[in-house]
Amino acid sequence: MGEFRLPSLGADLKNGKLVEWLVEPGDHVSPGDSVAVVETDMTTLDVETQQEGQVTELLVDIGTTVPVGTPMVRILGTEEETVQPDAASVPPSEAQDRVSSLRRAVGSLMSRSKKSIPHYYLSTTLDLRAALEWMQLVNNQRPVASRLVPSALLLKATALAAREVPEVNGFYTDGIFRPSSSVHLGVAVALRHGGLVSPAIHNADTLALDVLMQKLRDLVSRARAGRLQRAEMADPTITVMNLGDLGVETVFGVIYPPQVAMVGLGKVVEQPWAHEGLLGVRPAVAATLSADHRVSDGLRGGRFLARIDELLQKPEEL
Amino acid sequence: MNEQDARLAVHTAIGQVAPDVDLAGLDEESRLRQDLELDSLDFLRLLEAIDESTGVDIPERDYTAVTTVKGLIDYLASRG
Repeated sequence: MGEFRLPSLGADLKNGKLVEWLVEPGDHVSPGDSVAVVETDMTTLDVETQQEGQVTELLVDIGTTVPVGTPMVRILGTEEETVQPDAASVPPSEAQDRVSSLRRAVGSLMSRSKKSIPHYYLSTTLDLRAALEWMQLVNNQRPVASRLVPSALLLKATALAAREVPEVNGFYTDGIFRPSSSVHLGVAVALRHGGLVSPAIHNADTLALDVLMQKLRDLVSRARAGRLQRAEMADPTITVMNLGDLGVETVFGVIYPPQVAMVGLGKVVEQPWAHEGLLGVRPAVAATLSADHRVSDGLRGGRFLARIDELLQKPEEL
Repeated sequence: MNEQDARLAVHTAIGQVAPDVDLAGLDEESRLRQDLELDSLDFLRLLEAIDESTGVDIPERDYTAVTTVKGLIDYLASRG
């Protein structure tokens, strides 16, 4: 007899409120199946099991807020997981204003980040002429549903660069940095009623550009609708904040612990560009890196930003 | 299509992409990016919704003509 316990819900989230069961006693579950919908201070998540077996009992009442690690479902035919609950059940919280609870959650995470992570900041200008000329050619052949946006190219280049510079991609926990072998690219999504969430595009470095574009559209629309997968909130290994659409030219982000780097992308602007002794005009964007000095330094961070620029010069290979 | 149909298509699409926008009090000089706060993905969804309802697929080279609500309505009225 095994138990499904509430897994990690993302940085700093200790509790989740059960809002809906997606299984009932008698159902067969396999690893990856969503079993419940859980509300956190950040967003609402579909939570998946890692076990195989038959559901025999639901252990938590709908509406109850429980800490991560709490047994939620009894599953026959599986080994018990090793995660232990870290506290007793807490009473259901009062109905909270969604925006203010999100703001509080982000605020507490950012306070912890600024207190514990020695940030350093770098900035560079990315030359987008090649990337945008290529994108325009591609888009001219396509109906609106399959067109690309500059963000997709920038995200793909960032993911590839993060794979090459492992010091910006991974988690710093208990005094140790563990680089990640996968790049799960967090994308900061501003919500229309205020606040932001930063779910991940899994394995962004391995996705074809068109696939990444569709995943980005899907992720942003679900983030805004308030329905994400648990792993999307728990897994980002590095995050990108793109404020270009809001007209901001440069953004310096605050790292989401336990991640060790945040990339900031500003607005695409036409600017004078000197090249081989001649002055021309090119579209360009300011890219910044906020990174953790316990893990990397300006040399590696600079290499990372320089690689993003180099990769964007061959957009057809992204 | 006449201006009234174009306006209806644009309002419906904005309602889908940005449900918080007050369509009744919508100033047609509003800029889609800066005033309605549509990002590039929202803009793409908006064009997709308009394409679905009117059959007008606005190519990327014409994006500069459709940066405001009025620009979008005029564009559709002159095409569809």
